[in-house]
Amino acid sequence: MIKCKTSKEISGMGHSMKRKEDARFLKGKGNYVDDIKLPGMLHMDIVRSPYAYAKIVKINAEEALKIPGVIAVVTGKDLEQYNLHWMPTLMSDTQMVLPTDTVMYQAQEVAAVIATDRYAARDGKEAVMVEYEPMKPLMDPKKSMDEDAPLLRPDKEGQTNNHIWHWEAGDREATEKVFNEADVVVKEHMHIPRIHVASIETCGCVADYDKVENHLTMYMTTQAPHAIRTVIALVAGHVGLTEEKVRVISPDIGGGFGGKVPVYPGYVIAIAVSFLVGKPIKWVEDRSENLQADSFARDYHIDAEMAADKNGKILATRFKVLADHGYTDASANPSKFPTGLFSIGTGSYDYGTAFMEADAVYTNKPPGGVAYRCSFRVTEAVHAIERMTDRLALEIGKDPAQLRFENFIKKDQFPWKSPTGWEYDSGDYHAGLELAMKAIDYEGLRKEQVEKRANGEMMGIGISTFTEIVGAGPSKDFDILGIKMFDSAEIRVHPTGKAIARFGTKSQGQGHETTYAQIIAEELGIPAEHIQIEEGDTDTAPYGLGTYASRSTPTAGAAAAMAARKLRDKAKKIAAHLLEVSEDDLEWEPGKFSVKGAPEKSKTIQEIVFASYTNHPQGMEAGFEATHYYDPPNLTFPSGAYICVVDIDKETCEIKVRRFVAIDDCGNIINPMIVQGQVHGGLTQGIAPAMYEELIYDEAGNILNGTFMDYLVPTAVESPKWETGHTVTPSPHHPIGAKGVGESPTVGAPPAIANAIVDALSVHGVTHMEIPITPFKVWKELQKRGVFDKE
Amino acid sequence: MKNEITITVNGEKHTAEVENRLLLVHLIRENLALTGTHIGCDTSNCGACTILVNGKSVKSCTILAVQANGKEISTVEGLSPGGELNALQEGFKENHGLHCGFCTPGMLMRATELLEQNPNPTEEEIRWGISGNLCRCTGYNNIVKAIQYASAKLRGVELPSTEPDFV
Repeated sequence: MIKCKTSKEISGMGHSMKRKEDARFLKGKGNYVDDIKLPGMLHMDIVRSPYAYAKIVKINAEEALKIPGVIAVVTGKDLEQYNLHWMPTLMSDTQMVLPTDTVMYQAQEVAAVIATDRYAARDGKEAVMVEYEPMKPLMDPKKSMDEDAPLLRPDKEGQTNNHIWHWEAGDREATEKVFNEADVVVKEHMHIPRIHVASIETCGCVADYDKVENHLTMYMTTQAPHAIRTVIALVAGHVGLTEEKVRVISPDIGGGFGGKVPVYPGYVIAIAVSFLVGKPIKWVEDRSENLQADSFARDYHIDAEMAADKNGKILATRFKVLADHGYTDASANPSKFPTGLFSIGTGSYDYGTAFMEADAVYTNKPPGGVAYRCSFRVTEAVHAIERMTDRLALEIGKDPAQLRFENFIKKDQFPWKSPTGWEYDSGDYHAGLELAMKAIDYEGLRKEQVEKRANGEMMGIGISTFTEIVGAGPSKDFDILGIKMFDSAEIRVHPTGKAIARFGTKSQGQGHETTYAQIIAEELGIPAEHIQIEEGDTDTAPYGLGTYASRSTPTAGAAAAMAARKLRDKAKKIAAHLLEVSEDDLEWEPGKFSVKGAPEKSKTIQEIVFASYTNHPQGMEAGFEATHYYDPPNLTFPSGAYICVVDIDKETCEIKVRRFVAIDDCGNIINPMIVQGQVHGGLTQGIAPAMYEELIYDEAGNILNGTFMDYLVPTAVESPKWETGHTVTPSPHHPIGAKGVGESPTVGAPPAIANAIVDALSVHGVTHMEIPITPFKVWKELQKRGVFDKE
Repeated sequence: MKNEITITVNGEKHTAEVENRLLLVHLIRENLALTGTHIGCDTSNCGACTILVNGKSVKSCTILAVQANGKEISTVEGLSPGGELNALQEGFKENHGLHCGFCTPGMLMRATELLEQNPNPTEEEIRWGISGNLCRCTGYNNIVKAIQYASAKLRGVELPSTEPDFV
């Protein structure tokens, strides 16, 4: 049990308070973008390219315009007149809103049909005739830099090939020296496949431009409403949509996972059309469009190497990455971090030498990539380090748990400087792995495995002991398009002691309406039940960078605590005034100040707040409000120890995850129920890419699984019964000692599963399997090795 | 081509003239403004649009409004007419069976029929029973717990603990 400082009535930190936001969702009264219906609203549907790479010869909208209800067909040429046919990506690359001459990926937006209802818009879409001149697409990133590769981005000045950027971290020469002299070097090539966040709500918007007021209200599925408002003003300021004329409202969001950070062409077209016709335009993509055209995640090809001494002491790692960004770099990373936080890839281990480099290239695939419930490319990095750690254990014949214990950064080595320049704030990796091993009975499982192997059965045990890096970020390093990555909270307490607090973040299911209230309750002693939380409206909320990369608790959560502390300081002054004592004579307990040594003389927070409106000291500002913009001094470094047990059927090669124990450390816990819920969900999004999900393209550029029929999101049957637990190592620099957690399990689970499967197959000489590891892949691998011939 | 249909939704009778091709989910969401029923895919895989038609759970994107003519329909808005959460809704709240809430109405409607057919399902029966409904947020553990809680409540037996087993 977690010790709580506040009563259940106050429900500050550590209480498993039931969620305040649940009632509306349970009663069907949530308000998602597609639920918005405005007077005179028109519907938009989008004509998309069947080809991955083609010249547009002609777009003929004649038949479409004859359909009753169809009002207009908008093409790139139309937008070009207003210079709105291109837009910047968050990575300062450029992306077509609608093409004027060439399409660059299958399902790319080609034209928009505006109609009086959804069905007419879809009819219009079917009737728009587009004549293409198909070209041979470039689908293999490994061929992007070939001499005969087509130049995909001649639109970019100075672009002479398909290379986007080169990035490196660490020390190349020192690493090479260690590798040259090491006893043991292990290598694997691994592809972290292209996947899709596939939140159950797709993306969409209602763009509502008021011609009289010259004002745009944009209801939009966005995780970062303020940043979007600024981007709209930057892109459309020249046509009069300056920032004070733009209001972005992010209503209830049906899951984000990073996919609702970017600006997609559909949003921009809707704004442009609403601007031109002066009517609200609704655009909601369908699932297939969502899977086929919206930002993908991952797609890193990694050559990973690890050097060690003969006892298994890790000495150095070297990762070389080829990043397939598709047609444009539309990643959602902080500006100065083209590979996101990939350089966390030295992991939880104590060694001083590493080198990482990455090259990004263009191909004829949809642009990206976003995070898929991961803090900026951390999943890719963690997969590499955790797979290689197991690979080393296999190479030298040491138990992978033992190898990890011998290499972990020790508790007293924090703050720890990593060889790629990070300063890990805190951690206790030994405690986490010990707890996980105890919970799953690791020793017993290894004994069982020996017996099973003797009978020819395939059972595997896989470990992942990862370090996450979340909470971007210190403004000295982190920005998006120049806007620093702080976040904000504004607390306003009403005379009767009830409050409203507003934030620059935006929940998409994380439970902010409950957890932020609990943070304020912890600091002020006002019951969390009495604190209303509001996010997602740029007209009312303080500026913030939004919710993604597990940053809300590390940034806005901290801002809430800091703003509340400002109020507690004010409360103390008022209490001293009311009790006629000096501030030094007061002591605080959650919900009241009392006089030291005379506890019967006290004032509750509610009495103090009331006095701030009715009887505040002369000279003091009236009211009870505070705002804080929190700029974190460092990121937070949550960690976890995960152990997975799999059984693989000898004949069908079906893989069954028998058990999965996840021990997470996210520092101090605000709401155990919600943290556990986040871990469960993240784990299912961890098993997904490990065993099921991958966006697959053929050589002609066709997506082969662009619907929910064949893109395999795990159901309740595939998803194991997760067993979870925690250790607590507070963040020393965070005001409430908390770290982010929502993405840890998605980051940590895939290598645990892959390690378990490889462990099961290692008796047949297998050293690595590419995710998603399917029964067919296992069967092929065993077939190749003649395993079935022997029987 | 339009046809007049009459359907009863959450006990209330509605008559509408609809195009033959109109999907039931669009009738419910747009004509009747019952937006609790959601749309999450275009291939009848996700189950966000699940409703009850004459007591049977149906993905309302797979049937036409005209096919529902004369039928009794229940949507999430009809689960707690008195305002108090019903046993399933309470189960979801008490066990944190929802995060973003988008799949929740479909899950609730599917689970309603599941518990009617099988008042005391095993965990495996629940998992198979909701396998036509996708949730991207929760990892399903707590949805299973929520349905077990509702099952206990409806059968009048001792309620399982709702404390998170997060030790």
